[in-house]
Parts: sequence; structure tokens; C-alpha cells
Amino acid sequence: MFSDPTVLSISQLAESLKKRQISSEDLVNSFLERIERINPEVNAYITIDRAGAIKAAQDADNRLDAKQGGPLTGVPIGVKDLFCTKEVRTTCGSRMLHNFIPPYESTVTSRLKAAGAVMLGKTNMDEFAMGSSNETSFFGVVKNPWDLTRIPGGSSGGSAAAVSAGLGVAAIGTDTGGSIRQPAALTGITGIKPTYGRVSRFGMVAFASSLDQAGPMTKTAEDAALLLQAMAGHDPKDATSIDSPVPDYMASLNDGLKGRKIGVPEEYFATGLSTDVASVIEEAKKQFQDLGAELVPVSLPTTKQAIPTYYVLAPAEASSNLARYDGIRFGYRCENPQDIKDLFTRSRAEGFGSEVKRRIMLGTYVLSSGYYDAYYLKAQKVRRMIADDFKAAFTKVDLLLTPTTPDTAFKLGAKTDDPVQMYLSDIFTINVNLAGLPAISIPCGFSRDNLPIGLQLIGRPLDESGILSAAHAYQQATEWHTRKPVL
Amino acid sequence: MSITADTVKHVANLARLDIPADEVEGYVEQLSQILGLMDQLNSLPTDGVEPMSHAVEMLMPAREDVVVNSDARDLLLACAPDTEDGHFRVPKIIE
Repeated sequence: MFSDPTVLSISQLAESLKKRQISSEDLVNSFLERIERINPEVNAYITIDRAGAIKAAQDADNRLDAKQGGPLTGVPIGVKDLFCTKEVRTTCGSRMLHNFIPPYESTVTSRLKAAGAVMLGKTNMDEFAMGSSNETSFFGVVKNPWDLTRIPGGSSGGSAAAVSAGLGVAAIGTDTGGSIRQPAALTGITGIKPTYGRVSRFGMVAFASSLDQAGPMTKTAEDAALLLQAMAGHDPKDATSIDSPVPDYMASLNDGLKGRKIGVPEEYFATGLSTDVASVIEEAKKQFQDLGAELVPVSLPTTKQAIPTYYVLAPAEASSNLARYDGIRFGYRCENPQDIKDLFTRSRAEGFGSEVKRRIMLGTYVLSSGYYDAYYLKAQKVRRMIADDFKAAFTKVDLLLTPTTPDTAFKLGAKTDDPVQMYLSDIFTINVNLAGLPAISIPCGFSRDNLPIGLQLIGRPLDESGILSAAHAYQQATEWHTRKPVL
Repeated sequence: MSITADTVKHVANLARLDIPADEVEGYVEQLSQILGLMDQLNSLPTDGVEPMSHAVEMLMPAREDVVVNSDARDLLLACAPDTEDGHFRVPKIIE
């Protein structure tokens, strides 16, 4: 019935699957064929699980035939290669884990599979999720489907490129400092980072444990609501997961914007915004007003300190988390180690790429004797001030509206030799992780050279419903999210 | 606080990373740049601010002290690069 089912959203497909106008197996085959054709150019996937996907699709078809399907039954998705998937290689974009086949399944993927979603494969990413451009992957750079000479953003660049290029109806990503929202913005898709603790981290390869959070990357806010519904919820296997009921995101999706107060933080518009992003966001602000929202100027004075704060805390946590890669229990081991120390130091030096090593070095330095107070403790205090800024703003407004990124996707290689410039790419997203808040990025226009621009909506803790319904209201009134790159 | 070649070698040893001699200077330069960025934090007074280690105010939950994992020894050992008789194998540690 459809000339090309790979362009449809979850909600559009679910209807056809339910009515049995299309089978999940046919759908999966359409995607596998498209992946075979387009993935060599885009490099969105590291591993394709052809046999697993077809088997899961057949199971889904049986359930749909028996009228036992839910909204995700039979829906083919990509999963960032950071979620442990039983018997399917999980590399985290690293040589260190190039041969790692997990003996267990992450909570996120087991919940999605239980809801009937079909995993097509594992998507490419910056090594250990450390990067903003997807150029640090051991498995090669990912390219932006809108312009193959540009980066797709990172670290969930493979998931973003997969959704943007129609290589999956949706994909799952993770966000430690912007890794869902920044690539979503740069590839013209929707991506939500939930409140810290809303989604279980069990079975996610850890980067910075106090900041990491998983979320859906989709064509629409409605699809994000459907996926998040299946992913969210308390998990006894993650001691930091929040034990509070998950609201029905679909039930509040049409709440609209009438009477909602949206804060516009002045610091996000102060300097460094490209003219294209500035004018597109200005238009979007008007649209939100037209839809009934009241825009309120607010201030988040500690905004500028977020990048240095993050680059103390995240590498510190990473240096501890990545200490587990010792060349003994799993992952890469060097050839012919002379002694145990040689085994540790060479396995780690050969198994990790340069950005990961840089961050381990940084993290080890800021935690080392004599520097702990000056860097780590100081950054923890500034983190409190950043979180307090948001708290104060949310006494006056319901949501915050900002650009997701200061500029559109840059050229491949443009910032690889300058880590500081690369780190500044996440200037508008990192604050949200430090404060643990939920935020969504949605497409809101294009630059003059036809590159997507994203708008970020930030909510109060656990108010995923609020940002999803605001994003949905905007998407009902605009068509930016329906545009697709020509491939 | 300035980074020298000795700092890089010291930190590399703490982090158990083998950094070849010809890469040390590169680390000195890049880590110095990044720490320059971090030094911005010093301009902000933080007296009396409670450090924040976590986004959610919560106590670590406790659970009953019962075994919940099944015996997965062989499954886990299968992930290791080198094993023998149900153990991980490493180079000789004690002479």
C-alpha cells in the first residue's frame, strides 16, 4: 500500500501493522534493503542483526495476527551500540570492545523488545560516547544525511543519521552532555533526554554515571512519547532510577500551549549564535506565542560555567568507570604482555582511542592528590549553582525555550585538532545534564544552505509530559519535522 | 596550575596508560588548553555552596541481602581474552 514505508512515523506504521496492511517482516526487509544501499555512505550502523530482526519481526507478526500487539509491536528501530544486547556484539564504538558479546541484556532494550519493537542493529557512536561529532568512533565517522561532507553530531550520531536517512523508524540514544539533542538538531529529527533517573541505566556502558541518560530519537514528538512510555520506569537493577509512576504520555500529548509560560533564558542568546540559528529561533518563538504560549524573559546566570564544570566532572567519572577495562576480564588485550603492568598499560593504550585517553588523563588529573579540591570539589559546587539557576527559573515559568546548538553541522574534520572548540559545541545542552532535567530537541527550520536547526525545550524534573506536549503542539502547526534529506 | 611532561607521565601511570615518549608533548599542550578552560571556574565565588554529586536528591536504596544472580561463571569467563580451568589467566605476578 505504501510506495516506501521507510518514510513513515511509528504512529503511522502502527495503524497499518495493526490493520495487517503491512507485515513487520516486509517492513524489516524494506529497512534492511535500504540499509544495505545507504549505510555504506552514511555509516550509521556498526552491526546489522539481520537474522535477529527477521525472527523478531515474525514473532511480532504472530502477535499482531492474534490481535495482541501494542503500539510498538513490529516497529523496526536502531539501538545505539552502547546498550548491552545479549548475544549481539556491543562495541561502544571502541576497539576496546570490538569483540565484546554481552551475556546479558540492558533494561532499555529488554523493555523495548518486550513491547514488540524489532532491533535492526546497533548504531555507530563516538567512542564510549565521548564526542560531539561522531568522528571518534573506531568504526569510522558517521556522515550527516543532509550533507555527506558534514558531521551528524554526537555522540549518538549513528542513531540520529539512521532516523534522518530512513534507516530505522526510530532509534535509541544516550545523552551525557547533549548526545541525543545535539545530533537530533543537526540531522533534523526529534530527540528527548529524560530526567536523570527516569530511564534505567542498567546494561548501558557507563561514561559519566551521574549524567548519563537514555532516550528516544524519532521523527516526531508523538513517536518519542510512544517509545519513552516503554523505556521509562523504576528498575531495581539501577539504584539511581526514580521510583515514581510513569504518566501516560499519550494522554497529555494534546494538552496544547494555551496559557503555558515559556521562559527564554537571555544567556543563550547573548553571544556566539549563528545568524541563521538566531533568525530561525526568533520565528519559532513567534510561533509558540501564536499557539497561545506566553514568553517570559529569564536569566540563568551560571550558564557560561557549564562547559568547564562538565569537563571536570564527566572526565572524572569516566576515568573511574573506564578503569574496569584492564585487558583481563573482557574486551581487548595486547599481544605478548611482558608482565601484569605491561598488560594493563598497553591493553588500555592500544584499546582506547585518543579522545578517550585524553578524557581519562584529564579525569585522573582532576581527581589526583593535590588537585581534587581545586577542580573536582569546585566543579561540584558550581554544578549546584547551575541547578539552582534552573530551580529559580521554574518558579516563574513552566518550560524553557533555547536553541539546541549555536550553529548548524560543521564540516568533517573541522574541529578534530581542537578539543576545546569541539567541547564548546555542547554549550546549550550540557547545563541540562548537570541539573538532571528533561529536555527535547525538535526541528524548527533550516539554514540558508539547507541544514537543519533544532530548538530545545527544557522542563521541570519528571515533566516529560510537558515538553512532549509542547513539542507536539508545535509539530502540529509546522512541517519542519517532515522534511527529509535526499539520498 | 601548569602541566609539564612529568605531570603527564605521572598521570599516565596513575591511569595505567602507556603513553609513548613522542606523544607526551601533545598531551602537555592539549591538557593545558583544557585546564585553561577549567580555570574559568576560579572566577566564580562558591563559598558556602554545598557540593552537588548527583542530580536527584535521594538516599541510596537498600535491598534484602539475598542472592539474585544465577551462577554465570562460564558465561562471564567466555568474554575474557584468556582463561584456564574456570579462572582468568594473567602473566605471572609473584616471582
